[in-house]
Amino acid sequence: MIRHSWQALDKIAASVRRGSVRAIDLTTEALSLIEASSEYNTVILTLKDRALELAEEVDRKVRRGQDPGPLAGVPYIAKDNFLVYGGEARAGSKILNGFVPPYQATAINRLEAAGAICVAKANMDAFAHGASTENSDFGVVKNPYDKTRVPGGSSGGSAAAVALGLVPFALGTDTGGSIRQPSSFCGVFGLKPTYGLISRSGVIAMGSSLDCIGPIANSVADAALVVEVLAGKDPLDATTVDRSKERYVTKPLSLSGLKIGVVKEYVSDGVAADIKQAFDQTVADLEKAGADVCEVSLPSTKLALACYYIICPAEVSSNLSRYDGIRYGYHDASSKNLDDSYLKTRGRGFGKEAKRRIMIGTFVLSSGYYDAYYKKAMTVRTMLIKEFESAFKKIDFLIGPVAPTVAFKIGEKTKNPLDMYLADVLTVPANLAGIPAASVPIGFNEQGLPIGLQLMSAMHSDRNLLGLAMSIEGLS
Amino acid sequence: MPTIGIETHVQLKTKSKLFSGAGNDARGAEPNTLINHVDFGLPGALPVLNQEAIKLACKVAMALKTKPRLFSTFDRKHYFYPDLPMGYQITQYDQPIIIGGQVEFELDSKPKRVGITRAHLEADAGKSTHPAGKDYSLVDLNRAGTPLIEIVSEPDMHSSAEAKAYAYELYLLMCYASVTDGDLYHGNMRFDVNVSVSNNDILGVRSETKNLNSFRAVEKAVDYEIKRQIELIKRGQPIIQETRGWNEAKQITTSLRFKENADDYRYMPDPDLPPIVIDENYVNKVAETLPKLPDFWRSKLFKLGLSKMQIAVLLDANIDFSDCGYLDLIADFANSNLDVKSLTNWLINVDIPLNRESKTQPNIIRFSLYESVIRLIESGKLNSTSAKELVARLLSSEKLPSNIERFAKTSGLLQTNDTDEIETLVDQVIKANPKAVKDVLGGEDKAVGYLIGQVMASSHGQANPEVARTLIMHKLEP
Repeated sequence: MIRHSWQALDKIAASVRRGSVRAIDLTTEALSLIEASSEYNTVILTLKDRALELAEEVDRKVRRGQDPGPLAGVPYIAKDNFLVYGGEARAGSKILNGFVPPYQATAINRLEAAGAICVAKANMDAFAHGASTENSDFGVVKNPYDKTRVPGGSSGGSAAAVALGLVPFALGTDTGGSIRQPSSFCGVFGLKPTYGLISRSGVIAMGSSLDCIGPIANSVADAALVVEVLAGKDPLDATTVDRSKERYVTKPLSLSGLKIGVVKEYVSDGVAADIKQAFDQTVADLEKAGADVCEVSLPSTKLALACYYIICPAEVSSNLSRYDGIRYGYHDASSKNLDDSYLKTRGRGFGKEAKRRIMIGTFVLSSGYYDAYYKKAMTVRTMLIKEFESAFKKIDFLIGPVAPTVAFKIGEKTKNPLDMYLADVLTVPANLAGIPAASVPIGFNEQGLPIGLQLMSAMHSDRNLLGLAMSIEGLS
Repeated sequence: MPTIGIETHVQLKTKSKLFSGAGNDARGAEPNTLINHVDFGLPGALPVLNQEAIKLACKVAMALKTKPRLFSTFDRKHYFYPDLPMGYQITQYDQPIIIGGQVEFELDSKPKRVGITRAHLEADAGKSTHPAGKDYSLVDLNRAGTPLIEIVSEPDMHSSAEAKAYAYELYLLMCYASVTDGDLYHGNMRFDVNVSVSNNDILGVRSETKNLNSFRAVEKAVDYEIKRQIELIKRGQPIIQETRGWNEAKQITTSLRFKENADDYRYMPDPDLPPIVIDENYVNKVAETLPKLPDFWRSKLFKLGLSKMQIAVLLDANIDFSDCGYLDLIADFANSNLDVKSLTNWLINVDIPLNRESKTQPNIIRFSLYESVIRLIESGKLNSTSAKELVARLLSSEKLPSNIERFAKTSGLLQTNDTDEIETLVDQVIKANPKAVKDVLGGEDKAVGYLIGQVMASSHGQANPEVARTLIMHKLEP
């Protein structure tokens, strides 16, 4: 793997603000790195013209003595489900072919205001449905550590791009593990913040009650700086919370005396030996550093996956209703009447997985089945939230593996959707509960494939979670 | 016996839409100009609740004699149609903002009470048009996202007259609570009537006739449905539970497209919208801003001696001509101990008809206008014919003249009380009408009126008819 190495974000920005490095050069560099690494297919399209324009603007500000912001000149990649000016936003699906957004995601606006420059759109599983990025209408992404393996998903393009060093950080979305699992597979840091911490406005929805936006970066400190820029109330997203006083750039937490719980249900027989080994080693390291590690049982997590695969498809079936080809995106011109138009446009525009989830979601919301599925799943979700709440009354953090295995082979799980769904088993509980969770790299298996550790903490303790992640980052 | 329940969609008069910042008043706007990313259903667009709509919903609750619920939620109602950009309508299915309430009114001098089942906030869909003979349809999304409150009545009505009276009273309530513009022509209030008939205690199968936008249509549609259903029963045919439409031209209801399966809207809580949570304090603050409702005015005007008929005309006109402020004017008159009954007659017989004729509502300071006019009449300086002319001129003037009496005088509208002048005219009239004079002398009082009329005519309406009468009687005294 050819890996470009970027300086820390604050250092890059400092150089740009000082005028010792030009934003235009950083943008050009990122664009040429992307071009040179096309075999990994991390990127669906580049936003060259607009990126260069923005970079010019940053440099102009520096020349005029104005402050371009804390991320001045930092190039980054956004997952394709973000609406970004200058190119199509398709969420990895051809049903959105031709859709150039007339407005921009709040996250992108905030990063732009901080001086960061979006250079490209990352490949992803179509509509974020997947755990391997194999379900993209734009081809599979290859894992930087082994090109025969997947990068994880659905933010596989974002994680692989950061691992390859194409950009210093990338944006992803996490509905059931889509930031954490690819971060673990690609050996980078990924954060799914508390639900509502970062605005979803302008991000193509998957499961609206689960979707979180977060950074993927080479270091916890870099991710923290991005969160600091992104976090906060947005008048365009009613589910955002006002945490304007909170700071996310933080220092490593002292491990001594920290109460850390290992989720018993997360380290069951279903977890592969190499993952288990790396995990146990980290637990030993944490104890050595003075942490008080104990076992915690969250019985409802066993039901979490089933519950997730009811609630999420229900929301997916609803959120995907708007893609009818009438106002934007792919439209099947051969249709003869309105019904035919719906059937052909949606039938041909959506991929298999989207259709599968639309059907599951439609079924569980149908009258007569709603109570048995959706309502019951919501009850389990409430139970799960309560279990997490009571656990965090006694302990500071919960830890476990991110995924049951390391990056699997391309094609290994595409035959059986259930196998693919199982890849989410350890990550969906945090989404259902809305709590912050992260994946921190803790080493490699014998084949040299990266392994991540999952950290979870109480609602709105994102800052502490970042602090712990920094400490763990420093263990190795 | 027929049983009727009515669902009413009331368009709330917020500045912007229920979930977006786009403008809400689509009257006269070019198609698809009042839309933004939310109304257009763009990817990534999220609804954000308009806080003003909550306030108006609270006022609706108060107008319906109940209180808003402190906790309510939004749901998604799914169906595919080109004028529904998101593929779902945002509505309150599970936890509406209003449960209960009532509408009370008088019909044929008897009090009637109709219970309210519930009322909920929801976003309207856009408008589809299907040009005749064309192979395309047109969609206008200006109305998409307009805030509605849907008020569902109990099946408490049993005649078309009751249905019409309920619809009208609800219209008054919503307009007086100032939650809607109440523009029926533009569909600000739309009524869906549910009608069933039965000859025992068990309710019959109902039909729902949708989208009626006048009180008369409500009445006629109910009448038609009752008749249609009774005829079906008489012929031994089943009544189908179905949605029907009103054909205004033919004055009949017709079955809308028959659906094989029951609609399944796959309702689910809308994850984009947190619940509406309000507290007593908020409700009380809104209550302080609630304008006076029809019942307040009814009892106030009744106490001032107005008839029920007059009150009804004024309540109605006060909505149509809100700039004129008729009710406030009457209240101000009463407070100044002026002649409210005279004023009422002026408003009902002259002012309101003039507005209806000209389709305008001149914003003139009516208090000074009527105060002066009534004083001039009382002092005998103005007769009723000239007064009418004077009022019409004043209402159509740009600005009220500072001295109305002088204005009347220069306009030649004041009546003359000059006895000599009138006497000359009387003498001429007596001379010219020997037959009438003979009749008067013969004891026919009617002929006196005729002679007075002649005097008035030759004075061009300016003679004081009382003076003329006295002079005529005096001259023709036997």
